[in-house]
Amino acid sequence: MPKDSGIGASSKRREDVRFLTGSGNYTDDINIFGQLHVHFLRADMAHAKLNGVDTAAAEAMPGVHRVFTGADFEAVGGIPCGWLITDRFGQPMQEPRHPVLAHGKIRHVGEPICAVVADTLAQARDAAEAIVLDYETLPAVIDMKAAVSDSSVKVHEELTSNLCYDWGFVEDNRDAVDAAIKGAAHVTTLELVNNRLVANPMEPRVAVGEYNRSDDMHTLHTTSQNPHVIRLLMGAFVLGIPEHKLRVVAPDVGGGFGTKIFHYAEEAFCTFAAKALNRPVKWTSTRSEAFMSDAHGRDHVTKIELALDADNNFVAVRTETYANMGAYLSTFASSVPTWLHGTLMAGNYKTPHVYVNVKAVFTNTVPVDAYRGAGRPEATYQLERVIDMAARELGVDPIALRRQNFITEFPYATPVAVEYDTGDYHATMDKLEEIADFAGFKARRAESERNGKLRGLGINCYIEACGIAPSNLVGQLGARAGLYDAATVRVNATGSISVMVGAHSHGQGHETSFPQVISEMIGIPEDQITIVHGDTSKIPFGMGTYGSRSLAVCGSAMVRAAEKVINKAKKIAAHLLEASDGDIELKDGRFSVAGTDKSVAWGDVTLAAYVPHNYPLTDIEPGLEETAFYDPANFTYPSGAYACEVELDPETGHVKIDRFSAADDFGNIINPMIVTGQVHGGIAQGIGQAMLEGCVYDADGQLLSASYMDYAMPRALDVPFYTVDHSCQTPCTHNPLGVKGCGEAGAIGSPPSVVNAVIDAIASGSGKAVAHIDMPLTPSRVWAAMQ
Amino acid sequence: MYAFDLERPTTLDAAVKAMAAGGQPLSGGQTLIPTLKARLADPGKLISLHSIPELKGVSTDAEGRICIKGATTHGTVAAEAVAYPALAHLAARIGDPAVRTRGTIGGSLANNDPSACYPAAALGSGATICTDRREIAADDYFQGMFATALEDGEIVTEVKFPVPQVAAYEKFIQPASRFPLVAVFVAKFADGVRVAITGASETGVFRWAEAEAALSARFEASALDGLAMDPDHMIADLHGDKAYRAHLCGVMAKRAVMHAA
Ligand SMILES: Cc1cc2nc3c(=O)[nH]c(=O)nc-3n(C[C@H](O)[C@H](O)[C@H](O)COP(=O)(O)OP(=O)(O)OC[C@H]3O[C@@H](n4cnc5c(N)ncnc54)[C@H](O)[C@@H]3O)c2cc1C
Repeated sequence: MPKDSGIGASSKRREDVRFLTGSGNYTDDINIFGQLHVHFLRADMAHAKLNGVDTAAAEAMPGVHRVFTGADFEAVGGIPCGWLITDRFGQPMQEPRHPVLAHGKIRHVGEPICAVVADTLAQARDAAEAIVLDYETLPAVIDMKAAVSDSSVKVHEELTSNLCYDWGFVEDNRDAVDAAIKGAAHVTTLELVNNRLVANPMEPRVAVGEYNRSDDMHTLHTTSQNPHVIRLLMGAFVLGIPEHKLRVVAPDVGGGFGTKIFHYAEEAFCTFAAKALNRPVKWTSTRSEAFMSDAHGRDHVTKIELALDADNNFVAVRTETYANMGAYLSTFASSVPTWLHGTLMAGNYKTPHVYVNVKAVFTNTVPVDAYRGAGRPEATYQLERVIDMAARELGVDPIALRRQNFITEFPYATPVAVEYDTGDYHATMDKLEEIADFAGFKARRAESERNGKLRGLGINCYIEACGIAPSNLVGQLGARAGLYDAATVRVNATGSISVMVGAHSHGQGHETSFPQVISEMIGIPEDQITIVHGDTSKIPFGMGTYGSRSLAVCGSAMVRAAEKVINKAKKIAAHLLEASDGDIELKDGRFSVAGTDKSVAWGDVTLAAYVPHNYPLTDIEPGLEETAFYDPANFTYPSGAYACEVELDPETGHVKIDRFSAADDFGNIINPMIVTGQVHGGIAQGIGQAMLEGCVYDADGQLLSASYMDYAMPRALDVPFYTVDHSCQTPCTHNPLGVKGCGEAGAIGSPPSVVNAVIDAIASGSGKAVAHIDMPLTPSRVWAAMQ
Repeated sequence: MYAFDLERPTTLDAAVKAMAAGGQPLSGGQTLIPTLKARLADPGKLISLHSIPELKGVSTDAEGRICIKGATTHGTVAAEAVAYPALAHLAARIGDPAVRTRGTIGGSLANNDPSACYPAAALGSGATICTDRREIAADDYFQGMFATALEDGEIVTEVKFPVPQVAAYEKFIQPASRFPLVAVFVAKFADGVRVAITGASETGVFRWAEAEAALSARFEASALDGLAMDPDHMIADLHGDKAYRAHLCGVMAKRAVMHAA
């Protein structure tokens, strides 16, 4: 019998009532009396020397309050990067200044140059057209390999080159890997591109800055996945506002996918301008601005080599990746191709020798940073593609080749510095074989062939590291922040509970799943519990939501805080029941004395805590509210096996995704329905990357895919009905819930099986064999590869 | 968007008079409004064709032609041009429901986007484009990308489509915009076959003479075997190079012949 509440129940997402009835409160819904509107004049050239900006005419336009330029921000800090990478020679990465508004130089199409603040948005836009820029166009640096050649123009004059860092991991493995590859019986080499993506959350970014002179208080309402991170970065590093004078509010957020983690110039601008003008200042991104100002994702160019011995055991993996940083270092940009990518290059396999080299490169493009999966999809894609290619070259079954090399003993220390606590890769593969109906594939292929189509089956495994992250470890790796999280469990007098959490929900359903945990622990109905998030003035200092960390890290903090509450409540109950607190049991919302029929209801105990008439005031304080901070001991390691079946029209190159199956191991599961939804969404984004989405610049740095006319997002017709299963569960060994995280898995795990399936389909035809096609597998690319 | 004035005449006569005083017609706005929002046009004055009953509707004339008034939406054509199934089917697959509920045939033909659907139907059917001042044969009307025979201020009032014996429109979509990457309209009349292609050429919609000759001799997909489109004037962009588009012309033409009904 499925449960109908608590841990394991598919409780309906309570937040959907407001989302689906148009009563959510998004940042753009916030309008403050007296607010002004800002329009950013953005660069339409990729690279230029900016000699001067004449704003006089604009400033004289109707309704204009002020036109800000880069000069206005000389006295404040630049937008900071949150992670210092040390290169393979022991040197710190090159870290250029990232100004709020361009100053002296323009470095990518879309970079904000001036900000016009006016009574209405239309007035601001009109005035922006009257700004005169004095600039000299410079050659654009777009291609990463050309960017690191000695002759390249520099994106940042103050740096020695366009190379941000040359990172080796693990540098000490280098020689052993080279030797293993030299001595291998077979080496498969694959060069590929992990395509640049635009995150495209449904809600564009918005910022509303507010300043109150009477108490010198700044408030920023913003579309963020982590309000405390924004408060820290913007307050401490950019504007110099102390935390107690800065409140950051992220109300309902309509999708983040990583791109709303980062601190952006527009947030700093609105906060700064609100004080300068003593009026609230609002900015709402247009979709066109989003394409050229939201941090992009992926954009790696990789060469991977997989070496096997004569028995097809993996003996070494060596990779060389060029990772595009764009024109500036966005908040977590430097960590994505390194710690979130290199550490996963062992995958699900016991390859003894692994070496990862990453060259991060500055170009005249929009900054690139974490996007759903962040580094782990890039790792999974190259590994699972090269394994498939090796199987094809060696003429062996791709599943058998994987199984033969699976890690089977846990904990397992990989050659790339992480320790998998638990997992069972054969179990998810067994489950996949069952749910994907491999047995019926032959008949389906024959049917497709009768219709003049080719059918292909592709599979892959994945492992990811989430539940980000142990603070002392990431500190050693260069993170400039801790990655714990926090929760306050506030029990109200009549027994209902408000939980203030550092995690932020922007689609994940925390308002539903987090109460399920508390309900399970205490035994009161879920609707007695409310989650409060997204406002630094209400919640404890938490690091927000990304890296599939909310439940594993913040949920663990919530469990710890709830345990403290329960321990204290037991003492109160013991007093009321005149028993010893060691004998008190809590079940179904009642405290009872073990072995007796004496009991007292949860609500009577909580009331006693707040109306402490009959109360042990000398021993314990009144009230019932506890906070816990939780710092994870390790990452969590969700894993799984995915299968995709495609039907390809050889005449046009059009590929239809016909079936998609996913067998995941997420450890324990709080709400299966929400998990299924997360997997569905992740796979849709993975299919988007594999089949449709490609962010493309021309050689002059113009963004060619700058709107939905040219940037293809997956739609309902592009994805099949999914078969997903998460019954394989090896609980995480180091957090109290045994949960691993499920938010990114779908996006990490799906692209390789899609591409593997298309390659398989082509191989089944009579035409030329195709070893690899770069994503997105648009009809024209597939067709061209087949000619 | 720049500020503009909006006039809403209720008769064609009033619209023509308003146009004479300067302005730009606004029909479904599915092309024009996004252009205005991006500040790519500053027309000053828009004259809406939306409230003019005599510019709406689908009928059949004495010669059996399907006559569609200029401000008739794609949705209405899809529902009402049943006597010309290939045309109704084409209209039913333009954009999405929102686009089909607003967008109009007059707007589409006046705009003559090189990837629009209706131009292929009009040229492929040998339609007549009627305006407030004259009638223009489709063969004379389309004059290259976004270029037509329309003069300044001329309003498309009606389009008259001769109904072929069989016809079909095969659209291969561009994955992002879902406009045609290449689409082919094939229509078989008693006196010959017309083949019009959209999405493919740098010169906009065009007729494929070799295919017409081959199909007029023998209306079967195999009649097109061995015919190759010259990639020279094809469009090359993110979504397909010249060779791919040239190839798709052949594939889509064959499929149109196979599906002609
Ligand atoms: C998301 C989306 C998807 C689309 N997909 C497709 C597709 O698959 N295939 C396709 O063919 N089109 C597609 N379109 C375009 C759509 O069909 C438009 O409706 C059409 O191109 C223009 O018609 P309109 O009535 O909206 O014209 P408007 O936008 O109002 O006007 C367009 C132009 O024509 C002029 N004009 C309008 N009416 C007249 C008239 N009667 N006489 C003279 N000039 C006139 C206007 O001044 C303007 O210059 C799509 C549009 C969108 C937004």
